Amino acid sequence: MSIDTAPGASANALDATSRVATRRDILHRLLMTLGPILAALIIAGCILLAVGVDPLAYYGYVLEKGLFSPLGIQQTLTRMAPLLFLAAGLIVAFRAGMWNLGGDGQFLLGAVMAAASAPVLVQVMPAWLALICAFLISMVVAMAWSLLPALLRAYQGVNEIITTLMMTFLGTSLANVLVKLVFRDPGTTVPQTRTLPVEDRLPRLFDTTITSGLVLGLAAIIIVHLVMTRTAFGLKLRIVGANPRAAVHAGLGVPGLTVAVFAISAGLAGLAGAVDIIGVQGNVRADWNPAYGLAVIPAVFLARMNGFAAIGFVFLLSVLSIGGESAARRLGVPNHFTLVLVSIVLIVLALAEYVDHRYNQSRKA
Amino acid sequence: MTGLFSEVFLGALLFGAVTAAIPLLLAGLGEQMSEKAGVLNIGIEGMMLAGAYLGFVGAFYSGSLWLGFLTGAAGGVAVALIMALLCVRIGLNQIVIGIALTLGLEGLTALLHHFQFSRSYPRLPAADATVIPLLSNIPVIGPAFFKHHLIVYVAVALVFAMGYVYRRTQLGLNLQAAGDKPAALDVAGIDVIRTRTIAVLTTGALAGLGGAYLANVGAGLFIPFITNGAGFLGIVLAMLARGRPVWVLFGALLFGVCLSLTTAMQVAGINIPTDIIQMLPFLAVMIMLVLFGRRASLPAALGIPYERGAR
Repeated sequence: MSIDTAPGASANALDATSRVATRRDILHRLLMTLGPILAALIIAGCILLAVGVDPLAYYGYVLEKGLFSPLGIQQTLTRMAPLLFLAAGLIVAFRAGMWNLGGDGQFLLGAVMAAASAPVLVQVMPAWLALICAFLISMVVAMAWSLLPALLRAYQGVNEIITTLMMTFLGTSLANVLVKLVFRDPGTTVPQTRTLPVEDRLPRLFDTTITSGLVLGLAAIIIVHLVMTRTAFGLKLRIVGANPRAAVHAGLGVPGLTVAVFAISAGLAGLAGAVDIIGVQGNVRADWNPAYGLAVIPAVFLARMNGFAAIGFVFLLSVLSIGGESAARRLGVPNHFTLVLVSIVLIVLALAEYVDHRYNQSRKA
Repeated sequence: MTGLFSEVFLGALLFGAVTAAIPLLLAGLGEQMSEKAGVLNIGIEGMMLAGAYLGFVGAFYSGSLWLGFLTGAAGGVAVALIMALLCVRIGLNQIVIGIALTLGLEGLTALLHHFQFSRSYPRLPAADATVIPLLSNIPVIGPAFFKHHLIVYVAVALVFAMGYVYRRTQLGLNLQAAGDKPAALDVAGIDVIRTRTIAVLTTGALAGLGGAYLANVGAGLFIPFITNGAGFLGIVLAMLARGRPVWVLFGALLFGVCLSLTTAMQVAGINIPTDIIQMLPFLAVMIMLVLFGRRASLPAALGIPYERGAR
């Protein structure tokens, strides 16, 4: 933060110092992000060494595939699309002080509804309209799935961590039931939904393989960020999050706002599912559960619920997961190592933030 | 359909229910203690996985189930130690660290399993049951409840022991205060950080034990992601129990019956997708919540790190 420039200095000097301060601030932020990541890579590298894998080769492959190869970076950017929607949904909920931990269930139901509706709809209407309808269906179903926890929290005070966790278990099972019994493609032996033809999926960006879902995801998270920080509605939600009792005294309709928060959060999670299916996967196989939500939750916290910072963390997660998959394949390490890597990165980043905070405090004192 | 209600079938169903319930019970009891002391322990899934893996390794190489339980509990404590250090001592965000620990242990145990056991998939011999005289002769109930490994009875005894600790001892009072008004506890001259650390480490031991039971007795082997959400179920149980260990036991049994029903139905050849049966316990609890709308009675300072002198 660069607000603590000395008052009373001449305008010119103030300008200069603040410019230096901002530059130092940016440099500082960059160091505080890259430093911990480097430290995390070293710690994870020790684990790789212990199981007899060359860490440099591993990280080389991660960077090559996840960041530097043209095909890899396109996959990374494609992977970001659903994660951005999920992060946007979590930002709304967390800023309003509501623990929507049911993202995975809402995501899967959204995905299944998109996979069920899109291939049917494209046959009866123009593709663009069909996709919009599929998106809307996914969103509405995911919203409906969050209605019960929302109402219980709003009118009965039932803790939403319990209810959303249970609804996510229920949603995961229900998604499987829907795939196996209701929307099963009769043309295949493996239980999966009908497949959306590639030409009907979301268009790709220019000449690349990047899904245009990325643009939608970026738009979603930036809009969410602006709504939460720049509008009266966002301010209301933040007041509810900061102190629900004070919000009641300020004349806010807390129950209504609670239901709205859950609806927005779940709707965005449902859209995340839809964008993954309509943009990339094309269908849902039975027992498919990428469990994106679990990694996005800590990332959103580390980003301090700031939309722009969340974009950065989501990018990092995508690089690690796409690069990790490739490195694991090439070196014969199970892909599970990616989980270890992500976990260490998250812990070290959290630690670094704490150390930085303490350092700033002791300097001020 | 006649086979469905036969004595043997019912006995096996209930036996399976108890076996499935014990890991949930231990996880729930552990989580309950953390939450009482004001720490929302989302890393419990990771602690269970560490317990399951190390418990299996201990039992497999030593040949002793008890040593396996010990190493399992130690594994859980090791993970809890990281949690206590990061979340209680220096007050990092409990949700970030909890989820990170769960992700990390999921990956780490799967990785170690891959390099150690993925070619052979070794199994442990079936666990010896401690048969309780007289009681085990009761039809249906006897073989279902009184022919388990000794650790099962220990786990059930723990329910009552913890009930006693919470209600009758200074430690129980301290734990409660650490979760409800840590500053008051501090003023009373009792170290909040220490109280919470004790709670988190106990959680680790219980969760680790639960994981070890799951691998060593329940499955007889370790497979990656073996806990499959049991830790999260533990969190749900602890929150529903509102601080009472007995309710954790009831909840665990309810979930245990449903889990056991899944396998039993398959054995009986009834063709309902397992996904539907798996939904039953969650449906039951959601219906209960809708009907009775149990207001959450969670500790006031749950999830908030305690920093001395901070306002």
